[in-house]
Amino acid sequence: MTKPRTRVVGRPYPKVDAAAKVTGQTRFADDLTLPRMLHCKLLRSRRAHAKLVRVDASKALALPGVLAVATGADLPIAFGILPVSQDEHALCLDRVRFVGDPVAAVAAVDEDTAADALAAIDVEYEDLATIDSIDAAVATPEPRIHDYGDRDNFHKLVSMEFGDLEEGFANADVVRDDLFFYEGNTHLPLEQHAALADFGPDGKLTLWSSTQTPHYVHRALAKVLEMPAARIRVIATPNGGGFGGKSDPFNHEIVVAHLSRVTRRPVKICLTREEVFYCHRGRHPTLMRVRTGAKRDGSITAMHFQTALDGGGYGSYGVASTYYTGALQTVTYQVPAYRFDGARVFTNKPPCGPKRGHGTPQPRFALEVQLDKIAVDLGLDPAAMRLAHLQPANSLTANFLRVGSMGLGPCIEKVVEASGWRERRGRMPPGRGLGIACSSYICGAGLPIYWNSMPQSGVQLKLDRSGGVAVFCGSTDIGQGSDSILAYVVAEVLGIDPFDIRVVTADTDLTPVDLGSYSSRVTLMTGNAALQAAERARELLSAAVSEKLGVPGPRVAFAEGRVFDVEAPENGFDFADAVALAESKFGTLGTVGSYTPPPSAGRYRGAGVGPSPAYSYSAAVLEAAVDAETGIYTVEKVWIAHDVGKCINPVLVVGQVEGSVYMGLGEAMMEEMAYRSGVNGNVVHKFPSMLEYKSPTTMEMPEVVTFLVEDPDPNGPFGAKEVGQGPLLPIPPAVANAVFDAVGVRVDEVPVTPEKIRKALRAKEQGKTPRYGPEVFPAIPFPEPVHIPTPAEGGDGRARDRAATGAGGVRGPVLTTP
Amino acid sequence: MPSPPEIPSRAHVAFHLNGEPVQVSFAPHKTLLEVLREDLQLTGTKHGCELGECGACAVLVDGRPVLSCLVLGLECSGRAVKTVEGMGSAAGLHPLQKAFADLGAAQCGYCTPGFLLTAQALLDSNASPSLPQIREALAGNICRCTGYVKIFEAVELAAAWMRGEEAAPRRESLYGTDFDESGLLPVNQPEPVNR
Repeated sequence: MTKPRTRVVGRPYPKVDAAAKVTGQTRFADDLTLPRMLHCKLLRSRRAHAKLVRVDASKALALPGVLAVATGADLPIAFGILPVSQDEHALCLDRVRFVGDPVAAVAAVDEDTAADALAAIDVEYEDLATIDSIDAAVATPEPRIHDYGDRDNFHKLVSMEFGDLEEGFANADVVRDDLFFYEGNTHLPLEQHAALADFGPDGKLTLWSSTQTPHYVHRALAKVLEMPAARIRVIATPNGGGFGGKSDPFNHEIVVAHLSRVTRRPVKICLTREEVFYCHRGRHPTLMRVRTGAKRDGSITAMHFQTALDGGGYGSYGVASTYYTGALQTVTYQVPAYRFDGARVFTNKPPCGPKRGHGTPQPRFALEVQLDKIAVDLGLDPAAMRLAHLQPANSLTANFLRVGSMGLGPCIEKVVEASGWRERRGRMPPGRGLGIACSSYICGAGLPIYWNSMPQSGVQLKLDRSGGVAVFCGSTDIGQGSDSILAYVVAEVLGIDPFDIRVVTADTDLTPVDLGSYSSRVTLMTGNAALQAAERARELLSAAVSEKLGVPGPRVAFAEGRVFDVEAPENGFDFADAVALAESKFGTLGTVGSYTPPPSAGRYRGAGVGPSPAYSYSAAVLEAAVDAETGIYTVEKVWIAHDVGKCINPVLVVGQVEGSVYMGLGEAMMEEMAYRSGVNGNVVHKFPSMLEYKSPTTMEMPEVVTFLVEDPDPNGPFGAKEVGQGPLLPIPPAVANAVFDAVGVRVDEVPVTPEKIRKALRAKEQGKTPRYGPEVFPAIPFPEPVHIPTPAEGGDGRARDRAATGAGGVRGPVLTTP
Repeated sequence: MPSPPEIPSRAHVAFHLNGEPVQVSFAPHKTLLEVLREDLQLTGTKHGCELGECGACAVLVDGRPVLSCLVLGLECSGRAVKTVEGMGSAAGLHPLQKAFADLGAAQCGYCTPGFLLTAQALLDSNASPSLPQIREALAGNICRCTGYVKIFEAVELAAAWMRGEEAAPRRESLYGTDFDESGLLPVNQPEPVNR
């Protein structure tokens, strides 16, 4: 695809909502108040795993200022983000599954009264045995945390094999077999989740919420409240940071809606920071075993990737997360034969789900560190080795992912050149090192979360004789700038100023469905929908103006707020007059656009996770300074290049890259969801507070040199691909690889802490393997793999033996292609 | 019939808020953060933890940055409080606000008010802060979106503007390093969009 030439697209405009944000005028969910508004508080379990014998809120209801209470029995219908994991209740019904699981709710005249009333709720628990880790879950078939799932306390067990793995390993000159562990961490958005419900006298419910997915909240409310969806309106307020943490429908959203319906008064809740830690849905702690065969030139002959994910107490996106730990290994370097075995277990901890990179930072860490080890084993330059074996553009991977544009090569060259990799690596002072890693990420998922053949994104455009253009779209701005992207795309096509456009988003009553701000789908999908709607509007205006000017349609141009004859630019109309002409000719003007991803190539069970309209690519080189005595280290500088296809707005792209580097460094260096198991078996979060959950401050953030590589993808609007998540992925492995280059020890575990480096250095001093990391992968009863011949073997995307796909394969419609 | 519950007494406090005198009554245990947001409806001041951990609620009291979640409303009697609502004017944005907008230093925008006021306190006492001084001054404010890079650049740019210099954002801040601009059409040259 040749690089398109554009006028608005590609310019570093401020965001359309920038002025509101820097003046404090953006209205976040907790900034909203309504007359007669009540405040809600949730009583959360202090037991990690117990039967609920009795929940009695009658004493709380009798207190002055308390208007309503609710317990699980009031809202008995289960919900969950995935159709195959409807395992949550608005308030626990008969069981609590982690410390923080909500048990009861109070609506009162103010927050203090509601909080005080929680103490008057009687709860009787009957403790059950708890599970606090992957190993414990594997070893404890009973009691089951949920009565569904593949078996015992395994939520999901999958296995699939693409191509002839044994032949691949037989052809290898070197086979590495390594274990890795990636600790869980959380999104930590600055804004605590908040929601305001108003059940009106007309019997209609409005919910304002800091959610990334108003469409799914809409569906969950209709289901649990047993109300027609048409009578429910969900408005996603601008999110004060999401990162995946506001992508599930949440208990508190349903509870305030219920309490508003009961009291016929508006009800608001704003979670405390501690409660945000309990909502979680963050990175799954993941144990990995990776066996990779390679030739002497570093080309991969076969890869066997095994993952075990600690899912916490509920399903959330976990089935998809599990598949994602095995999906994207193939899109960066050529992997001719590939097997993936994945397992997700339930534990008595807050549920894990999608955090920036969803299921792929863990395997990417393992893959990129192992490639570094292979390069060392073979005496190859890790950068050159990667560059020599890239997955080609416009190709099908072994697992039938369709790669379009592929700019990883230029990305590697940029960071290698800028960092002085060739000259400096291996010649740096003691304790200094460089590490490299690469990655790729999807631009939206090929299939929707619930099976349907409707568009994944819709846009409506309204034009009127004043020249005003309004864009309506269900997408949610979580800070990434999605409202602005809509304005830039429409402004480009219609030749007007993006700041003249009104953008209306994330309102299920007013805006066409967009599935939500997750999967890095928004720029590509809403961008394409907006492009289609704008082009249809352009056709209407063009027809009216061409008739009036008496010139053929193709000569009508749009730019600078005018519609004119391109061969005689003075001959034309102001945009408003052009709209008036079209309104006279066609009547009231409105157009729609929608986007549905192209069908994916895989036809096997499980093929639903991984396909995407396009893949972004990133490469990073990172410089670390390590104290070989203490293991204390700093990241001195990061060079990162990202193939974004085409920048809709470069300053926003740079901002997403820098933010991803930051969040990747937080995960790599310090952030962890850590738990303590008490003598009574209770599993308690060690530090659900921002003070002790360490995240990088201004003092830890290194210099970042960003390169934007534009390899336009035919499926992206103007060629654009994602940038919100991909650039996080190379950072954790680059940290581990830089530490190795600096002091010669491997930390095969995230976060890479000074303590772990010190332990590895101690092992080195004692003549043991200079490494810190997991030693054992548990015996997991993975099913027999489904065999899928690769494209190179003439495979058609289907499993070879369809009968064999029954065992342990995906059930339900979510992840199955027809 | 039981007697209605006792109505708790309120504190009555007068102070200067964004240059204007205000009088407000509130439950005496309320923090300045709560008084600003709930009793004065100035919701530009944000909360991320209400425990002094994140910096989102920073405001200026007598010109010094304080975490409004750790200050009682009662302590502000007679003092001058400045919030983000008081930074700009009808004539336009404060240079810090404009720099944050131009550079994309406000992504979700939730931490932004706290950063802006903390940065203003820095620039009020040091017109030409070095990068390490900017980092140190802002070390109590957490931002999860930007990685701080654009925030540092915005403070440097605003400082230059406030010194009266004709500064513009660095090219690398807007486009990254070595960006190929061949895909951009000139703004002022009318020609049809070519896709």
